[in-house]
Amino acid sequence: MTDASGSLIPLPYTPTDVYRRIGPEARETLRSAYGWMILGRTLDARMQGLQRQGRVGFYGAATGHEAVNVAAGLSTRKEDWIFPGLREPLVALVRGHPLPRYVQHLFATAQDPSKGRQMPCHPSASEVHHVSISSVIGTQITHAVGTAWALRLRKASGVALAFFGDGATSANDFHAGLNFAGVAGLPVVFVCANNQWAISMPVERQSAVATLAQKASAYGYSGVTVDGTDIVAVLEAFQRVLRESRDGSGPHLIEFRVYRMTPHSSSDDPTRYQPVDWNARARAHDPVVRLETWLSTVGWLDDADRAGYAQRASESVRDAIAEAEATPPPSPASLFEDVFSRPLSVPAEIARI
Amino acid sequence: MSEMTLVQAVNRGLFEAMKQDPDVLVLGEDVGVDGGVFRATDGLIKEYGAERVIDTPLSETGIIGTAIGMALYGLKPVAEIQFLDFIYPAFDQIVSELAKFRFRSGGQYPCHVVIRAPYGGGIKGGVYHSQSTEAYFCHTAGLKVAIPSTPADAKGLLLTAIHDEDPVMFFEPKRIYRTATGDVPDGDYRVPLGQARTVREGEHLSIFAYGAMVPPASEAASALAKDGISAEVIDLRTLVPLDEAAAVASVEKTGRAVVVHEAARFCGFGAELSAILAERAFYSLKAPILRVTGYDTPFPYALENVYLPNAARIEAAARAVMREG
Repeated sequence: MTDASGSLIPLPYTPTDVYRRIGPEARETLRSAYGWMILGRTLDARMQGLQRQGRVGFYGAATGHEAVNVAAGLSTRKEDWIFPGLREPLVALVRGHPLPRYVQHLFATAQDPSKGRQMPCHPSASEVHHVSISSVIGTQITHAVGTAWALRLRKASGVALAFFGDGATSANDFHAGLNFAGVAGLPVVFVCANNQWAISMPVERQSAVATLAQKASAYGYSGVTVDGTDIVAVLEAFQRVLRESRDGSGPHLIEFRVYRMTPHSSSDDPTRYQPVDWNARARAHDPVVRLETWLSTVGWLDDADRAGYAQRASESVRDAIAEAEATPPPSPASLFEDVFSRPLSVPAEIARI
Repeated sequence: MSEMTLVQAVNRGLFEAMKQDPDVLVLGEDVGVDGGVFRATDGLIKEYGAERVIDTPLSETGIIGTAIGMALYGLKPVAEIQFLDFIYPAFDQIVSELAKFRFRSGGQYPCHVVIRAPYGGGIKGGVYHSQSTEAYFCHTAGLKVAIPSTPADAKGLLLTAIHDEDPVMFFEPKRIYRTATGDVPDGDYRVPLGQARTVREGEHLSIFAYGAMVPPASEAASALAKDGISAEVIDLRTLVPLDEAAAVASVEKTGRAVVVHEAARFCGFGAELSAILAERAFYSLKAPILRVTGYDTPFPYALENVYLPNAARIEAAARAVMREG
């Protein structure tokens, strides 16, 4: 899959292939996917710039992960539950969480749905079952298992999806969660976005296995490895495992191979540890450019379309930022909300403010 | 009203909660077919089935992480950790996830899980079946911590915990699982969280205890009474929320305080209670507050009776505070 020269690896499909793989709505699906991917990339670029200006405190870009996130958002249903890691806010947006609300979170304002409690890129969007994330690696994996258990107990049709990276496959809850899910045969999909780096650690030093997907066999089911920069392959994979999960197949593990195209976060300097040709290799697998090139080649996207998507993304991000920057921070007294269902006590110096 | 042991009262509380609310379910190691290693969940699986009484694989982080996921969906899981000593693989889930879900999501994701765990020494359990580490959990905002000392409180506090909206750590004094007996109301009996219980009223000093330390505290008070020393014994019952008002009022009345727990002394719960009393009742105090606690060592096997506070040590501390002022 690697092309060290950095020249783009085209998607290897004819339109007929694509219809066969992802269904009769393929053209609309891929155009919609492209629009969401452009939004994600626009937001990443803008927010990384604002972080450097000191206007937001932190940012964890998902550049290179867009195909996985958008396909997850488009393939899941309202009744499904998302247990994300750091790089999945775009899943919430595709599933219907409004961009302005998410940007309020990035600026930690009084209108942040999670009241400014968390670092940026840690959203919570209960209206689309996008569960609040912690910064602890892998803990969400067992939560997805518990929700899948509850869904089955209540005979609901939803599926729980746990998202995590390659580093999380070394964590306690990866093992516990995949094991519990296998024993109980639960409707849960474990989505490993293997971007090949856990901050500075390359995946081959994270685990000695050939593919992370093969770890599923230790828990009694099979995993698959999919090119996570090929939106067609990703959509096809999600559609299949979600259909099978709803039919009672038990758990699935999908490893999506992607390329981290940015630093781990705004606090990281990857020149200390990545090989010099990494960025070129990553660009060859850029999921947005791969899709854009293919859509243009087959005539499903023209210059005017492209400009329209770019302009809409740019304007919506700009407007959301302006709105968030004009919103005040949370009130001091709000610190004592939500620790418990009712505050046990509020210190006098806070109550006076 | 029926007479029963403390562990039977826990069992009755679980039966009652599962009868009241189909969202309540029990999960943990050996809780189903085996009925729990202490039999606290005995019979539940026959009555409510394996869907609601779940024998899990052996992983505490798996048990608590799964319980959290169930609670996020809206169920009311009651997870059993077989011994408090084995809770640490789940510590991350408890302090990083369970305690913080409501807060970090801005109230979008309340996460109501009750975690039951037998705790404490006195059963020849050695290093890893004896510890009393409630202070770790009291130190984390977002967790409530309840510790009953009587059968009635075991049922009443457990039912309240299960119907509460917040995560509750429910620590059961296994040393007195079968020696503490008493009448327990039938049906839906609840004891509120955050209300201490006056075990006996007194005038000369206040002895604060909880869980398995309440019986030796009462025994010490009886011994002191023979010498005309009137000790008030307060069973805290819940450490979070703490009934500070009751503790302060008692010391304002008696002017002397002895704080008892079997956990190690340094940074134990007694340090917090002593500090609160010093801050809020300093001018009522006639003598320094004394603590009677386990020692700052790991819990021992052969010497557990040296380690554990008993009536004689509590009585000695009481006499010491009486000598001052």
